Parts: sequence; structure tokens; C-alpha cells
Amino acid sequence: MIQISHLSKKYKNNEDYSVMDLDLKIDEGEIFGLLGPNGAGKTTLISMLSSLIKPTSGSFTINGLTFQKNANQLKQIIGIVPQEYALYPTLTAYENLYYLGSMYGLKGKQLKEKINFHLEVLGLGKFSNKKLDTFSGGMKRRVNLIASILHDPKVLFLDEPTVGVDVQSKNVIIENLKKLNTQGTTIIYTSHHLNEAEQFCTKVAIIDHGRIIIEGAPNNLISQYPESHNLEDVFLTLTGKALRDHA
Amino acid sequence: MHKLWASTYKELLLLSRDIGGLAILFVMPLVLVVTITLIQDSTFRSINENKIPILWVDYDKGEVSKNIYDGLAESKSFNIIGKESDSEAKELVFKGKYQLAIVIPANLSSELEKKVNLNVEGLLSKFGLEEETPPSHKSDLEKKEVILYFDPATQMSFKNSIKNGIDKMIFKIETQTIYKAFQSQITDDETEAIFDTESFITFKEVTPNIGNNEIIPNSVQHNVPAWTLFAIFFIIVPLSINMVKEKSQGTFVRLRTNPVSYLTVLGGKTVIYLAVCLIQFGLMLGIGVYLFPVLGLPSLDVSGKIPLLFLVALFAGLAAIGLGLLLGTIARTQEQSAPFGATFVVILAALGGVWVPVFIMPKFMQTLSNLSPMNWGLNAFYDVFLRDAGILDLIPELTLLFLFFVITTAISIVYNERKNAV
Repeated sequence: MIQISHLSKKYKNNEDYSVMDLDLKIDEGEIFGLLGPNGAGKTTLISMLSSLIKPTSGSFTINGLTFQKNANQLKQIIGIVPQEYALYPTLTAYENLYYLGSMYGLKGKQLKEKINFHLEVLGLGKFSNKKLDTFSGGMKRRVNLIASILHDPKVLFLDEPTVGVDVQSKNVIIENLKKLNTQGTTIIYTSHHLNEAEQFCTKVAIIDHGRIIIEGAPNNLISQYPESHNLEDVFLTLTGKALRDHA
Repeated sequence: MHKLWASTYKELLLLSRDIGGLAILFVMPLVLVVTITLIQDSTFRSINENKIPILWVDYDKGEVSKNIYDGLAESKSFNIIGKESDSEAKELVFKGKYQLAIVIPANLSSELEKKVNLNVEGLLSKFGLEEETPPSHKSDLEKKEVILYFDPATQMSFKNSIKNGIDKMIFKIETQTIYKAFQSQITDDETEAIFDTESFITFKEVTPNIGNNEIIPNSVQHNVPAWTLFAIFFIIVPLSINMVKEKSQGTFVRLRTNPVSYLTVLGGKTVIYLAVCLIQFGLMLGIGVYLFPVLGLPSLDVSGKIPLLFLVALFAGLAAIGLGLLLGTIARTQEQSAPFGATFVVILAALGGVWVPVFIMPKFMQTLSNLSPMNWGLNAFYDVFLRDAGILDLIPELTLLFLFFVITTAISIVYNERKNAV
């Protein structure tokens, strides 16, 4: 489904590569977690895969398509849930979703039904006509997610989809992502919540300094390190306990 | 097409939710046009209601000073205040209390008469008409100076017009004195009219006509197009801020991942902001037609011109929007777009002839003004308002405005594509 080959990214004015000669294969139907400390290269990798930034070198295909040759076709089959809310605060939830759904070519009754369906499923039905700037962080995250799945993408990229939300919202988001996955959507997500990733992902890759250190099913990784009880132990063993602050 | 419609609808919603922004967008241009027209109205009025107070110090008390005084009074531009001393007048002017003081030197009339008489007698003696050659007393004549004190803040154009006016009056008095001197030498009958002292050459101003009616430009017809255009171009500030806001909210980033072209995104903005421009323009015309007469200003005459005026506003609006789209595409923050946009509009207005007519600009600036879309728009508006132009006459200016829109929008798209190429 996703085939990444020697992908690298070096930002201007940065001495080091943010993503370095990365090779990765993600199969269809997987829930793939990209885990790593701050500045490891997770967001850079997702941004390249979702056409937001240009790789310095290397290539990738999604469903056999590339942005260079099939940009619109590719954009139609992927969904991106960015870390920021990326919504219009003065528009209502419904208006935001109507506009963003229209950008995928959805319209009329089909679009209205999809919006209402997802708003109901994610517990926002009665808030559909409220402006976004009156919503809590968790509610905005859920609208952010709906905006990316209205067009039933084959691949969904999520950059920290549960950051800063309450437990209930997090639970609703994860449950719905699982449901989407069972319906055939491949999910690639980044997170700092390792327990969440351990429960949620079918496969994870731990990235540090722009490279993949280890990759596999969570249980397999834990079993490779006998002193580790969970994914967080594996993570700390591999990336160390030093702080990773960066500006 | 549906994507363009959805983008347009979204822009309409965003704009309608910003009540403060809407008020600024519609009310401020109206306030601007009313204020500027009220201020500039006096400069266009032939009957001056706002006389400039000037000081008058007359040491001559003769015919020449009386003539100059009468000339100034007749011009109806000045409120003449008499002062006894030169020093008092000078102090008041230099302190900025008055724009101007005129000091007429002592014995100006008698000395002028003496000088003219000497010249005339000398001339007649050359022709053998004088019985005796008079003794030359020219060396006894003292040169006279009419002293003008100007407030240092006075504009050069005002200074020049005053100097020219007084010079003309003195020249006329000198001429009349010469004629009088000749007359007294030739005939003893002072009532006999030998010379016609009235000006032989006069001026007649011919203005364009619509049918049998003469088009007489007034402050409203000059100011409404100029400042309406200024307001139309000010749309680049809210438009660029709208775009920068979308960048900072992250919605622009999301749109880049959607299968929608940048042209469609810009198209939605263009439709809505163009509608804003046209509504703004309609309101300004309404103000000119209905409110100005209430404020004591001349009414804006739009009879038979409305379709052409809206056509010009449409193309001027497109040019302004093109510029706004370009600025919004390039700017990263509101701190970049807002001050730059506002200042740039003022520069374009200055170049376009909104502040100062293009013909009095230095040659280089005149050439530069041809590049200002506001100059094209202003000329098109003047063509309709003052020159009774038809649609064919407007084609050059409208073409330039449209090309400006196409080019700025194309640059925005290319810039965006290059910046975000993957």
C-alpha cells in the first residue's frame, strides 16, 4: 500500500537531516504507529507522505501513485488529520464540514448525510450548528477528524490526533478509528501516548534522529526486550531517558 | 464548479460573521469620501465662502495701493485685515497666525506717477513734441518694493499665485498710468477717451457638453471617483489579512492536502470581495447623490452613467483583488500584510493622481504613474464623469485593469505552486 524508499528530508538552516534515508513498507489495512521522541522526524515523515513538504531525496508511492504524477488522484484517496485543528473558528461544525467535504467533490444530499452521520457517531450531533470557537479541545479534535474522513479515504494520516483531549474524547476517537480500519481504511498515526499505541496499532515503528530504530507488532517488540513490560519500556530502552527539547 | 461555489459560500460566511470587519469595510470608505470632499470642496467653488484672512499694511495711501486693495477684495478669496505697522504684521505671519501680509511702501503711487511722467516726457521730447527737454530726475527716483510676508508653512503654489496676482495688478496700474500720462500730454481734456485701457485679450473657458448642458466639474465629481477608487483598492488589506489568517489557522495547509486547485480557492475570494467592492461603490454613489446635497455639497450627477460607472468599478475591483491575492499569498503574517498593504495603496494613490494631479508631477513620476492601476481607474472614472466617454473610450483603461488582475493572480498561483511543490 505504502512503499517508502530512501526518503530523506533536510530543512534549510538545519545541520541535521530530519528524516534520513528511510525505507518502510506499510501494508493495506494496517494501523501503523510512528512513535518517537520530540524532533525524531514523525511529523516530517507524515508531512512528506501527505504532500505538504517536498522530500530532499528518495521517493514513495501510495497505492502505486505518486504526487508528482497523480496528485489529485492521490489526494482523493488519502485523508490527513493535522496536529492543529485546521478549521474555521467562526463557522459552525456543519459549515466547516460542508466546505471541507465539498473540496473532495462531495455535494448535495450525500454530503449532508455523511456530515450528519459522522457528527452523530462522534457525539457532536446536537452541536452541529454551534460555532467552532465555542467548542472544547476534544470537540474540535473530533470535528478535525470528521473533516478528514468524509470522503472515505483509503489511507488516513493522523498527526497526534488525541493530544490535549479528555479521556472520553480520546476513547471516542480511537474507537471510531478502529471502526474505520475494519471498513478497510489503512491508518498511519503518530503519537506520544505509547499505551494508546500499544493497544491501538497493529504495527509500530520507533523513529529517532530521522531513522527507524525498530519496527514490528507491539507484542513482538516487547518480547524482544525481556526486561520490558510494555511499549514504553521498549521506547525508553531504545531512545534513552535524556530530554529531547528542541527549538 | 461546485468547489468554486462552496469556496464562495465559505468566504461569504466568514465575512458575514465578522461584523466589526464588515463595518470597517463599508463605513470607513464612506467616512473617507465625505470627509475629503467636504475639505476639498472650497478649492473647487467659484464663490468663495471660506476667505483666507490676510494682513494689509498701507504706507502709501495712494491710488496704487487702493487699486491693489480693490483687486484683492474683488477676487473674493481674501478677508483683508488692515494693520498699522510692518513689524506687527510680520510677527503675526511668522508666528503662523496668518498666511500672508502685504506691505505697500510709502509714496508708491506718487513715485510711480513721477517715473511714468518722466518716461513719457522723455519719449515725447524725442519726437519733438515737447517744447523743452526736461531735466532728467531718474536718479532721484527710489525703487519701490511691495513686501510680502508668508507663513513658512504656506504652500509654494499659494505663494506663486499671490505673487503673480499682485504682479499682474501692478502691471495693469503701470499701464494705465502710462496711458494717463500720454493723455495729459496730448490733450487738455481729461474726459476725452483717446486710449482704450481695457484688456484687448481675454480668456474664455470652454468645457465639454452633454447635449445642450455644459459639464462643469465640481468637488464631488472630482473627489468621489478618486476616493472611491482609493477605498476600492483598500480592499487589499482585509483580503490579504483573510488569507494570512487562513495560513495561521492551518486551514490553508489542510486545503493543500485536498484535491482542489489554488485557483478555485482564490476564485471564491475574488467573487465575494468583488461583490464587496461593488456594494461599496454603490453606497458611495448613493452618498454622492443623496447625502452630499444635505451636507451643502454639490450633488453627484450620475444620470445616464450608472452602467459605465459600475463597469469601471468592476474592473478596478478586479485589479485591487488581484493585488490583494498576491499580497495574501506572499505575506506570512498579518504584521507583514496589513502595514504593507495600507502603505502600498497610499503609494499607488499618490502615483495614480489621487492626491496631486499627474500633470504637475516631475517627468519621471509622470512616467511611473502610468504603471499605477489607480491611474488607469481614475482616468476611466474621469472619462465617464467629466469627459462624457462611451464604452469604447474606456476599453484601453479597462483592458489594463483586467490584465493587471490576470497577471497578479497568475503570479500568486505560480508563487504558491513553486513554494509548495512536492
